[in-house]
Parts: sequence; C-alpha cells; structure tokens
Amino acid sequence: MEKVYDVAVIGGGVVGGMTLRELSRYQLKTILLEQAEDVVMGASKANSAIVHAGFDAEPGTLKAQYNVEGNALMEAVTGELSVPFRRNGSMVLAFSEEDLKTLRDLQERGRKNGVPGVRLMSREEALSQEPNLSEEIKGALWAPSGGIVCPYELATAAIGNAMDNGAELKTGFRVTGIEKENGNFVVISEAGEKLYARYLVNAAGVHADEVARMIGDDSFSITPRRGEYMLLDKTQGATVFATIFQPPTKMGKGVLVTPTVDGNLLVGPTSEDISDKADTATTPEGLEKVERLSKLSVPSVNLRAVITSFAGLRATPGGGDFIIGPSAADAGFINAAGIESPGLTASPAIAVAVVKHLEEAGLVLIKREDFSSFRKPFPKFRRMSGAEREALIRQDASFGRIVCRCETITEGEILAAIRRNPPARDVDAVKRRTRAGMGRCQGGFCGPQVVEILSRELGLPMDEVTKCGGASRMLVGKTKETQ
Amino acid sequence: MERLDLVVIGGGPAGMAAALGAWHQGVRNILILDREAQLGGILEQCIHNGFGLHHFKEELTGPEYAARYAKEVADCGICCLLDTMVLDLAEALDGSGDKVVTAVSSKEGYLRIHAKTVVLAMGCRERPRGALNTPGTRPAGIYTAGAAQKFVNIKGYMPGKEVVILGSGDIGLIMARRMTLEGAKVKAVCELMPYSGGLTRNIVQCLEDFGIPLKLSHTVVRIHGRERVEGVTIAAVDGSRKPIPGSEEFIPCDTLLLSVGLIPENELSRAAGVKMDPVTGGAVVDQNRQTSLPGVFACGNVLHVHDLVDYVSEEAELAGQSAAAYLRGEAPCGGTVEVKARDGVRYVVPQRLCKDAGPVSLYFRVGDIYKDVKIVVKCGEKVLLSRPKKKVVPGEMERLPLTAGILSQIDGDVTVCLEQKGAE
Repeated sequence: MEKVYDVAVIGGGVVGGMTLRELSRYQLKTILLEQAEDVVMGASKANSAIVHAGFDAEPGTLKAQYNVEGNALMEAVTGELSVPFRRNGSMVLAFSEEDLKTLRDLQERGRKNGVPGVRLMSREEALSQEPNLSEEIKGALWAPSGGIVCPYELATAAIGNAMDNGAELKTGFRVTGIEKENGNFVVISEAGEKLYARYLVNAAGVHADEVARMIGDDSFSITPRRGEYMLLDKTQGATVFATIFQPPTKMGKGVLVTPTVDGNLLVGPTSEDISDKADTATTPEGLEKVERLSKLSVPSVNLRAVITSFAGLRATPGGGDFIIGPSAADAGFINAAGIESPGLTASPAIAVAVVKHLEEAGLVLIKREDFSSFRKPFPKFRRMSGAEREALIRQDASFGRIVCRCETITEGEILAAIRRNPPARDVDAVKRRTRAGMGRCQGGFCGPQVVEILSRELGLPMDEVTKCGGASRMLVGKTKETQ
Repeated sequence: MERLDLVVIGGGPAGMAAALGAWHQGVRNILILDREAQLGGILEQCIHNGFGLHHFKEELTGPEYAARYAKEVADCGICCLLDTMVLDLAEALDGSGDKVVTAVSSKEGYLRIHAKTVVLAMGCRERPRGALNTPGTRPAGIYTAGAAQKFVNIKGYMPGKEVVILGSGDIGLIMARRMTLEGAKVKAVCELMPYSGGLTRNIVQCLEDFGIPLKLSHTVVRIHGRERVEGVTIAAVDGSRKPIPGSEEFIPCDTLLLSVGLIPENELSRAAGVKMDPVTGGAVVDQNRQTSLPGVFACGNVLHVHDLVDYVSEEAELAGQSAAAYLRGEAPCGGTVEVKARDGVRYVVPQRLCKDAGPVSLYFRVGDIYKDVKIVVKCGEKVLLSRPKKKVVPGEMERLPLTAGILSQIDGDVTVCLEQKGAE
C-alpha cells in the first residue's frame, strides 16, 4: 500500500511555506513539494521585502483583505519564527498636484481597507522626517503600519518550523502531471516519481496556472512580471528610514527606496511582463530605469555603493486579484495562486484561509498536542553582545571561526544552516540562511570556504557542490585533470 | 588584562615586516593577529615568481617570500594568534590612550586585547561582480580572480575550462596564465580602460607569451546561462566608457573571472574613527605611517594598493619602526604640512609630512598614461624637485625619494604634479 499524505502543498515559497506551517498544527501527514533543489527559489526570494500597510489594494478584493489581516499577524508570526521584522512605516511621495489627488485616493482606500493611522503629510513634515527626500516633493502619504522583513528568511523559517513539527519536504520534485486514483491525487514528477495525497494545495507561484491545468482547471492564467532591483552596501542603509514609494501613475508604479531589515538599502523594482517563467536576468534598460527613478525620490542615492543587482518574477494573475479557494474542477484542490504583491504580507492570512478551505472540503483538523509554533532562533553571532559571543564559543568552538568577514558569519552558523530544517545543500542556500556571501565582497573570500564546508558536511566531492542545484557546479574538476 | 606594546592586525607581508621593524628597535611585547591558519596573507596563494627582486635581489615565489619573513618572525619569537579574526578596534575608555582590539578565534574564544600601539595591516579585497552591476543572469562560474586563484593553487580545483577575464589587474593577468597552464582556454581579457591596470611585465609574460588577446576599451555587457555561465557578450566602449552599439560580440565560455580593482579592507579603521583618504581608500597618514589616531599606524595594501610586495615590506618596516619610536615616547615632528596630488597625479602617500622628518619617499599613482613628462614636487610656487620620466602608467606605483635637504626647504603645503617636458 502506497503512503498517502493528507495534504501535499505544491510550491515551496512563502505561501506554500506558511500553509505547510499552518497545517502542521494538526494531526496530518503533510508534505511540501518544491521543483528546485532548495525551498524559496521563486518570487519569495527576490522581491521588495515589504510588509505592506494595505492602502494600495482595491477595497473588497482578496488582496485588500489578506494584506491587512496578514500585516496584523506579522508581529506574532515573526516573533514565533525568530525572524527580524521592523515597522518602519511607508511613505508615498507626491511630485505634482495630480499626485496629491492620488494620495487622497490612496488614503481613502486605506480607510476602506481598515489600514490604521494612514494620513497625509505636508512637504515640510515629510522632509523633516526623511531629510534625504527630493526637495521637489509636494507632500506625502504616511502609513505607520508598513514594515520590512527578509522574505526568504521568513519563508524558510516557516518551512523549518513546519518540518520541526513533522511536516515533510521533497525538493527537486517538479510536478508534471496529476492524476486521480481511488479518490486520491497522484502527483507525478518530471523524474517519474509518484506521490499520493488526499488534498492538494497549489502554491506554485508563476507555474500555478500550469499546475491547475493538470487537473483540468484552466480558469486562470499567470504572467511572469519581472522586477529588477539593486542592493546597496550597509553604509547606505540609513539613507531613508521609512519605505519610500512613488505614486502610481499612468507611467507605471514607480520604484521604491527602502532600508532592509539587515541594514542595506534596496531600490527597485521595474515592472515588465515577459513570457519566460524562468528569466530572472537583469537588463541594462531595467537597471538604468531603477537608477533614474530612485533618484527622483532620493537624489542622493549612492549607486556606486551597489553590491549586487537581481530580478524576481511576480506571479501576476490575469484577473488582477489573488485566486484563493477550491478549484471548480476538483474541490480537494485548493488554489493559492496569482500571489503577487502584497503576497509576502498576506501570506500568514492566506495560509489560515487555505486551511479553512481544506476543512470545508472535508479535511478533518485535530490539533496536535505537541505542536510548537516557536522556532528555535538561529544563532546570529553578528547580533550578539561580547558576553554572549564568549559563552557561545565556549560551548561550541565552531562559532569562533569567522567564515564570512563582511557579514561576520561563523562556521557554527553555516553548520546550523546545513543541519537544521530545511537543510541547506548548496552555496546559495547557505547564503540565504546565514548571509554568508551577502556582504560587500559577495562571497569572494568565503565562497571557497563555504564550498569546502558543504563538501565535508554532505560527503560530496568539492566539484559536486553547486551554487543553486542542477548544473550550477562551482568547480569543474581537480587541477591537472582538465582536458 | 595584559597590556601589549604592539598589536599588528594582519599577518601578511605588511604585518610581518611591521612586527619585525618594531622588534629590531627593541619592542618585545608584540602580537600578530591573523585570520588564516598560517602567516603570509595573500602571498600564500601567489605561487608564481617575481617577488623580492628589489628587496632580496632575487626572484622568489609568493610563499617563498612570505616564508622568509615568517621564519624571521618565528626566530625572533614574536607571538602570533592565527585563525583569529579581529572584529573591532577602539580607544580604551580609561583615558590611557590604549587601543582595545576585540578578536575571536575558535581556540582562544572571545578576546579583548589592550595595546599601546596598533599597526593596521589587513590588506585589501577584490571588487566583486555586484559592484559592476553587469546585466544578465547570476549563474555559477563567476569568480574574482583571487577566489579562482585560491581554488586552483590552494584547494587544487579548477573553477572552469573556458574562461573570459574582465579587467586586466595583475591578479587577472596572473590567472590568465595560470588557467592556461592548467589546461583551460582563456579566450580573452577585456579591459574597460584604453590601458591595462597591471604591470607591463605581466602583460608580456602572462598574455602575450600565451597568445591571449587583450581587448582594451572593451567590457562585458551581458552574462548568459542560468545555472552555469554559458557565455558573455562583450562590447567596445567609447571615450566615456559607454558600450558602443553594434560592437557586441558573444563569447561562449563557462567561467568569467573578474580583476576589476582592489579595495583596501578598512572596515575596522573606519569604525575606529581613523581619517580616510577617499582616493586611496586607505587611511590618511604622515611620513611615519601614523594615522589620525595617535599610536595607530597603517601600511601595505590596507593603506594603498601596491603593485610590488617589496614596497609593502619597506613601508611596513617603517610603520613598525614608527610604532617603536612612539613607544619610546619620541614626539612626532612638528610643522606638519599636507601633501596634495595635482595635475595627473591621483594620490600621494603619505598625505602629511613634516620638514624635519629626514629623508622621505613619496609613493603615488597617476590617473592616465603620460609620456615624456616631468614629475614635479612643489611647495607653493617653489619647485623642490623635478624629475623627467619617459612614461608613467596607472598600473605602476611611482616612488620618489626626497632628501632631508629638500625637505628643509618646505614652508607650506606640498604638491606633486605632472608637467609636460619642456614646459615652464
């Protein structure tokens, strides 16, 4: 008899991860299926890292509802998962009389959506709060409940917490077909592997429409909408305190300038519909646009301090709103699709909603007595006091070995990333969990050491260690063997 | 809490020479801190020869050059803490003028070391890809030349087989040869500028001898390949270093190495409040290599990027001797003036000096290639020294000794500039 899971969640991003965690509160056999070789490889790893206040979404939409609900849950969720979160506030700038009218419309939307504390600011007040803003502004909208969080840290922590509570994870499982057998779903991978589940959650991001079509649901389509960003050195992190938005105009949404929760400055994104769901290349035009537009808000943005640029793909739904609920094609198949911005903010609320939909579809939810919503914090040497560091090194000498100099990341932290749930198995996975290689030298010094540690811990030859799975080997062989 | 006379941060060529400089002047209570498991710094991975021509009058490999110093450090019995990373440098709060060095190591744990003097010798790091903001994908196979050098020379692994190198800094040139000798195909070295940033001898010995094309005024405009590099698009650039449309060329390769500049690693110095020179990226120092913090000295690549290790050793020895003089209570000379770079000269080290300092060497780099020029040192309108030079290039550091006699004529700020030969 094949093992039958109660629920299989397809897609290891923040929505899939939060859903898995929500499910792990109950006596269920659950599994997360991820096509890549690590979790959080899609939109959840490359976005604006903003906890949106909720004044942007049209009242009455799922986006509006889950944005505001998710925002309110963020303290509790990040607290339980030991993920840094800061309510730094969001500010939308007006550069013209027309923009001021737009701000008033946004304020009204905020009121209707139930966003707390949204108000208009005079030019002077905005400039006194954010001295580096452009002198050209005419006023601003202020939303104190806006915040910042590290999206991949949050999503990874949610998955880790679910796994610590018994949920399973299967990476490298690219779903290519779904069948029904004795009332159960049979999920088939590209490699021909089969997995059985009573219920499915479709959190497949840009691929959610393809996955839905596998059960005959062609009710929606997803367009990848690329956004390009630049990340600046920590010396620039205090350029602004709040997240600075530009008003949506006919010319587009503008770009934001924001500190990150780790102390860098982030500028972007562009917004461009593309056809290839894996094309996260940056472009000269995109980077030039980010540069030009970010300087409209903050003329002193120092783009010579860029440490990396990247692009992410939003899963933009054809209908405009999130698609959350049972598929018309099969009531046991719950879509959590079209989750573009404000998806990160909304994810804790979406997870609750998805579980409710599963219950309505017949899934019996019995609480686990041994569930713990708390995730043991990852040791973060860089944030510790001298006494804490001293104690930690005495307990475990690997914390006395600094591997990443730029971010002050110890070998102990890298070992924890490899050993704890979800286990890191490649260089980028280590980087996302620990920040080793995230600093200004971008892995120049620690790269070779991280490869060595992964090789040792995973029992892999050095030249089989990858950057991000697949064919992304860091090394091509030993010296003296190159043909 | 033990109180040391001198803590040297960094055990590369600069740190070792500084410690020895102080030792030979009688300082005994010295500690060298280094993050690696052995002394030598970056020389350990520089297994090519060409080191020591000035200092030892013979041609050594990097590890050989380092070993000579390491042996002397050991013979003198100078203490070293290896596998130890310095996290912070600050003034002691007790008003003693001492410095407190906070460091961490797996063996010694968390350390707070009090020192009367500190020599900064942390070296430099390479500019990464991110700083270039090159559009395209972010696959495996993009390394700084130094990271590739570590993989090949220390770990014994090849980062790739078909290579394009962006930037013609010395490490890039050395790695072009190294990768070729290891069986890889180096398809091109692209340099954004119309001239190379490396030593002429390296261009000849590492590129020309192996038939590797050096494409001046070219850059990489796009990186291709999702998982592993599959190629790069290069393009010619115009006078303002912008890519020229239509000049693009796709080169298939699995590896892109970067040699696009070195950055002195001064996070500790900045955090400690040391005054920095925005051009060198290192501290502002006087002729003794003392920084703006009394008792804190800097030397080697953390002060300004050198092209020859011989000059690093020379400068570091001076810094160590200066620390010894400071410990003896010898007051720094009075009448300090500024040394300014002008007209073609990018920077000068030291940035401050005093007229009664005795003989002093000025080290500087030019901002472009100049032919048939005079290097002129002035004080106001008064010409202190004028030296003709057939050619000066940005890739080669210039060294200009000033005698005590010249220095005694100084009565204000000094400028170092280039003048066309024959011009008055």
